[in-house]
Amino acid sequence: MELLWDGYIQPGIWIVAKILAIVLPLLIAVAYLTYAERKVIGAMQMRKGPNVVGPFGLLQPLADGLKLFLKETVIPTSANKVVFLIAPMLTFILALVAWAVIPFGEGLVISNLNVGILYLFAISSLGVYGIVMAGWSSNSKYAFLGALRSAAQMVSYEISIGLIIISVLLTTGSLNLSDIVLAQSGGIWNWNFIYHLPMFVIFIVSILAETNRAPFDLPEAEAELVSGYNVDYSAMTFALFFLGEYANMILMSGLCATLFLGGWQAPLPFLDFIPGPLWFIFKICMVLFIFLWVRATFPRYRYDQLMRLGWKVFLPLSFAWVMLVATFLVVFDKVPA
Amino acid sequence: MSFIDRTARSFLLVELLSGLALTFKYMFKPKVTLNYPYEKGPLSPRFRGEHALRRYPNGEERCIACKLCEAICPAQAITIEVEPRLDGSRRTTRYDIDMTKCIYCGFCEEACPVDAIVEGPNFEFATENREELLYDKDKLLENGERWEAELAARLEADAPYR
Repeated sequence: MELLWDGYIQPGIWIVAKILAIVLPLLIAVAYLTYAERKVIGAMQMRKGPNVVGPFGLLQPLADGLKLFLKETVIPTSANKVVFLIAPMLTFILALVAWAVIPFGEGLVISNLNVGILYLFAISSLGVYGIVMAGWSSNSKYAFLGALRSAAQMVSYEISIGLIIISVLLTTGSLNLSDIVLAQSGGIWNWNFIYHLPMFVIFIVSILAETNRAPFDLPEAEAELVSGYNVDYSAMTFALFFLGEYANMILMSGLCATLFLGGWQAPLPFLDFIPGPLWFIFKICMVLFIFLWVRATFPRYRYDQLMRLGWKVFLPLSFAWVMLVATFLVVFDKVPA
Repeated sequence: MSFIDRTARSFLLVELLSGLALTFKYMFKPKVTLNYPYEKGPLSPRFRGEHALRRYPNGEERCIACKLCEAICPAQAITIEVEPRLDGSRRTTRYDIDMTKCIYCGFCEEACPVDAIVEGPNFEFATENREELLYDKDKLLENGERWEAELAARLEADAPYR
């Protein structure tokens, strides 16, 4: 009995509590990210954005969520029902499970995996399955084309993201995300984005493409594809895609903060009194603001331009950077232990 | 030299960054949003909104049933029936406007010799069913009473240009 309690039930409760402690704030963050998006883009277009539901429109995300929740889930007759319903769940779940390895502070991580970054990379690559399944099972040409575009785009940009991560790993010497953050301790001048500035820029652009955000939102392309792989989805199935997409944005921002912006560390040593998770959230917000800012600024890329940028510009550049960093580390004998 | 310049510009993302700077600057500009049901934009005195039948200051209705409006109406939205009144004056017994047909061209008010039928400043007359948009004479006269102050002011303001 004691073994059952100590060995299974107690750790089980503890794990569920930890998961909820991340997932619930994450869902709220997703809801308010949509609000922030509408407010920021509104401001940049000299509009007010949502301001009617609640003070400053703060209850708007809840109203939107409620609306989606109460609507009817329509399944097209020609759709493959099982795959059609699994696809949004897959997207949503994959956007959530990746958070298991993101360190929010010193030791504040659900699973301190030694290959954390590989796990994260694998999960974010799996994200394309949800989209391909959605596009295929909808049995509609728009959804199918959107899914194809999305798959091609995500696969292309994952390569440059992978190479960028390699160059960061070379200087850190660890695949563990906590170690990567700790390797950047000591203030803003030790953060990776200083040493890897060109890669930081390419990484930001690549995660825009990876999460299918403007100016690389070709899978949506409302003008040609009416909204891409999720045209046939409604109500909660659509909401899951939506949540998954935005959770992915937050995840990628978190990855960016971890790899390049020193994770939970304060930018200047005397600011250490502010707790780490707050710094981490602040950095995520800054990167997310870049997402919204870029969306308000740039028009959508053409498909061939997108592919050219990914394969002919980012891939050679990031590859050259990996070579450069590796050569530098070997020649000056600075390979991390 | 221009090659180096161009290459440097494209690698330093000069144009992208200047675009971002511009949108960032716009974020702090005053908003132009009109808080619609509470704030409304300005309307020209010539604005052609909901119709109204006006009366003279002594309460007599202006319309003399000349049927010019009915004749000119390109959408044939106006229906008028006439009978002489007991005092011998010529008045309408029926003046209907089908607001679902009306194209708000304003010909009726231009045709009217006595400024009886006018298009007012009101554009918020949405209804819950179609029948409510088939206006009869009572409704039009009621509109005239309701909007008379504004209708008179608008005619006054536009008079120098007529």
